[in-house]
Amino acid sequence: MALLEITDLRVHFDTEDGVVRAVDGISYSVDRGHTLGIVGESGSGKSVSSQTVMGLTRAANARISGEIVFDGRNLLACSEAELRRVRGNDIAMIFQDPLSSLHPIYTLGNQIAEAVRVHNEASKAQAWDRAVEMLGLVGIPEPRRRADAYPHEFSGGMRQRAMIAMALANNPMLLIADEPTTALDVTVQAQILELIERLQSEFNAAVVIITHDLGVVAEVADEIAVMYAGRIVERAAVDTVFYTPEHPYTWGLLGSIPRMDVPRDEELVPIPGRPPSLINLPGGCSFHPRCPYVRDAHRRTDPPLQPMPDDPAHHVACLLDATVRRSIWSDLRAGRTPAQARKAEIGEPPPLIEPDPEVAPVAAEGDAA
Amino acid sequence: MTKETLLEVRGLVKHFPVTSGVILRRQIGAVQAVDGVDLDVIKGETLGIVGESGCGKSTTARLLMRLMEPTAGSIRFQGHQIADARGRDLKALRRQMQMIFQDPYSSLNPRKTIGAIISEPYAVHGVHCADGERRAAVQEIMDIVGLNPEHFNRYPHEFSGGQRQRIGVARALALRPKLIIADEPVSALDVSIQAQILNLLRDLQRELGLTLVFIAHDLSVVRHMCDRVAVMYLGKIVELATNEQLYAHPRHPYTGALMSAVPVSDPRLAATKKRQVLSGDVPSPTNPPPACRFHTRCPKAVPGRCDTDEPQLEAKAGGNLAACHFPLTDAEVTERVPTARVAS
Amino acid sequence: MLAYILRRLLWSVFLLLVVSFLVFLIFYLLPSADPAKIRAGRVQDPDVIAAITRQLHLDRPWYEQYLFYLKDLVLHFDFGRSYLTNTSVRSEIFGRLPATISLALGAAVIWLLVGLPIGVVSAVKRGTLWDRLAMGGALVAISAPVYWLGLVSIFIFSSDFGLIPIFDTNGNYTDIWNDPGQWLSSLVLPWLVLATSFAAIYARFMRSNLVEVLDEDYIRTARAKGLRERRVIFRHGVRSAITPIVTIFGLDLGILFGGAILTESVFNIPGIGRAAFSAIQKADMPIIQGTVLIGAMGIILLNLLVDVLYAFLDPRVRY
Repeated sequence: MALLEITDLRVHFDTEDGVVRAVDGISYSVDRGHTLGIVGESGSGKSVSSQTVMGLTRAANARISGEIVFDGRNLLACSEAELRRVRGNDIAMIFQDPLSSLHPIYTLGNQIAEAVRVHNEASKAQAWDRAVEMLGLVGIPEPRRRADAYPHEFSGGMRQRAMIAMALANNPMLLIADEPTTALDVTVQAQILELIERLQSEFNAAVVIITHDLGVVAEVADEIAVMYAGRIVERAAVDTVFYTPEHPYTWGLLGSIPRMDVPRDEELVPIPGRPPSLINLPGGCSFHPRCPYVRDAHRRTDPPLQPMPDDPAHHVACLLDATVRRSIWSDLRAGRTPAQARKAEIGEPPPLIEPDPEVAPVAAEGDAA
Repeated sequence: MTKETLLEVRGLVKHFPVTSGVILRRQIGAVQAVDGVDLDVIKGETLGIVGESGCGKSTTARLLMRLMEPTAGSIRFQGHQIADARGRDLKALRRQMQMIFQDPYSSLNPRKTIGAIISEPYAVHGVHCADGERRAAVQEIMDIVGLNPEHFNRYPHEFSGGQRQRIGVARALALRPKLIIADEPVSALDVSIQAQILNLLRDLQRELGLTLVFIAHDLSVVRHMCDRVAVMYLGKIVELATNEQLYAHPRHPYTGALMSAVPVSDPRLAATKKRQVLSGDVPSPTNPPPACRFHTRCPKAVPGRCDTDEPQLEAKAGGNLAACHFPLTDAEVTERVPTARVAS
Repeated sequence: MLAYILRRLLWSVFLLLVVSFLVFLIFYLLPSADPAKIRAGRVQDPDVIAAITRQLHLDRPWYEQYLFYLKDLVLHFDFGRSYLTNTSVRSEIFGRLPATISLALGAAVIWLLVGLPIGVVSAVKRGTLWDRLAMGGALVAISAPVYWLGLVSIFIFSSDFGLIPIFDTNGNYTDIWNDPGQWLSSLVLPWLVLATSFAAIYARFMRSNLVEVLDEDYIRTARAKGLRERRVIFRHGVRSAITPIVTIFGLDLGILFGGAILTESVFNIPGIGRAAFSAIQKADMPIIQGTVLIGAMGIILLNLLVDVLYAFLDPRVRY
């Protein structure tokens, strides 16, 4: 039994404009000692889903269904009081922007000690000692002195270290890191990623890392889930996602990032169009309006996330035939454009996709809620 | 190809004063945002300026644009000194240089139609005065940057982030400037949209023969876009090289550390790399370390040399200009920077 | 920090000088009865008047008069004597200070105790019926002028012709050390009247601050720690939301000290406001000068206090 097992999780928000389907039926699991990377663009539902695990999306206008089984208990069936004992104790979370995520008018020691005292019978002095110990553990020099500092007196990297110290103060079984390095410089990012990896092996925690950066997950994740418009469209071991991906959106992501590990003259292949509105999802496969390999049936049928016949750990939600997909992927790797690949493998001219259709989406709200 | 220098920067310095005092405020120090930058921008090239936050790259951009006054140094644009230009000279200069900003949301006036936004430079500079002519000119530019020219009368909020950045590009192009300075033009955009804008800039640069100064923190984006790259650290250029030189064999240990730190979208390559993690933080630009500013964090620093003797920007093996007494060897590069093994 | 306070104090002294000079100038230039004649009272003997003129330095040029005034003020903290009654302005004002302070502080306590909790509850129950009723009511309260509210409340509650005369000592202010019971009951109505609109403003201000703060990332962090919602709201939310309110509070209190004229008049409270009011009517220049200066000092000191306090409330602020 996995530590965290999510089944068919849906998070819908009722808004004045309609129902925002921020998360629309996702399933995944993580074991202790393992790292799951959730990759997606803004509005893909990656942040909402993980905040729902923490019970942070319980709002009046949120409708949540499915199962979140953590350590044998369905968190969605828990009362607020029960959930509070899990939050920050068994499951901890770190956020993207450590400056705005730390309280500006309390010292770091104070904030970490508070996290300790919520879940433990500890005196103020004991909690403070624990805070100092944690600050030292995450590599903050002179932790006893620095515990008295306020967040604005720290650099960005140091703040994120303090945030991690706070998250790990109660030895959580699961750490959720929501874009933990996005606000940081690249050398600091490397420090933080290394810290997360080191602490994970020390604490034997499960880690869910949410990011838009494929490079980050390539370095730290064991398994990757690619999210698009509230769904997981592909889920597999890290090598599989990078070397034999099966979903056209994953191909698109890999093709649109400038990479350090390929010859420079390789052209970027942007994904045409833009993510759909979560209020008004397109029928059929959500990706079909942007998919270069779309066929008529894809506009009507919604593909389920299914394991590959030859690799049960590799899940894909795509209506294309598996053999066609593999041929397209090898065409793309050989340097052909999506249009050429389509012509060769499907035998039809490519669909007309406006590079960037001009209606502003109402999508991103789901992420903020 | 003749190399015509469009912009020549020598000894560029920008210090922001820090003051204190009971009645009379006196200057007690300065944030040395940019401290002695020499740089040439060659006509038709894309020059990248890369560095982490606080390295002075954005201040440099604003100085080049003359959006702020340099503390010292000279900036020559096509041979004319512009470091102290004012009034009419400055206005004339603005026709030749334009800027693209990071945030496409806050840099567009929400109460103006995009036609008005793009044609604003015309009004300021009195170009294309006739109404029909102006509209035609704007629509031509909208077409060039991939916006539907019929959407002339729409407002910024009706467009997505990627398209707003296209509007920003169109506005910068309106006067057909010789030089465009793009300050982190894609870092606020989603991955799939980023590629659209990068391709647009690259195509425009090729087709219109633009000269582009491209400022970014993302080394892979810079590698994709630029012909030459300057790496900045704490207000100084530590390495300056062609794209091929820089990414195949970085010579400055800071450049090496930056490249080593960039996550690689290739799990096997990532696993083999010996990640070189720099310790500590960037020191304060108010009180930068003496001599080589990187020596406090440098894995190769030699006490008694690097902290006393400031290295100059000089040619090293392979042709890179680097300001370092002990540049990286090829062996060190291969170990730390796996991407260097990829043929550039 | 110390340097900052020092700088602010120096500024305050300078500011007070300017204020005293301006007040002096205005009243010197304004046409009014000859102060010596006022002082002479019924004995309108030219010799007496001339003697008084000399004694008050009224025969000197205006700038010398100002310097004499300043000298007494700086060396002896002496504001001169009333033209009318020949009492010391200082003792006149200080005798009236307790009434004004009682009025202002009492009202302040009430509006904080009423306004802030209403604001907090409204912010937490944002968008509910309670929120809408409270904020709508606050809007009405803000629009009610003090003199109107004062007269209406007197009409309803006063002892002689009121409909429900529950505060029968209304209008008979006495200092707290004379009779605490009467002090309290005579002030209840004016406190409530004065506090109403402030409470409403503070409720709305608190609500909008807290609504904003509760959307901050660090509130999410606090929840993610597993804190109780009550602790999240008070220790993390209200604590941040209250900082700007402190600034406004200092200003409001200062304004109240100087500007309780209406309330003091309506409720017959012998405070500084009433003294200033009658002095203006009678062109009693030293009293006017004194009340204005004391008022200015109060405002300036409160402001300084607030700014210093701010640095303790928000560690990001450094002077």
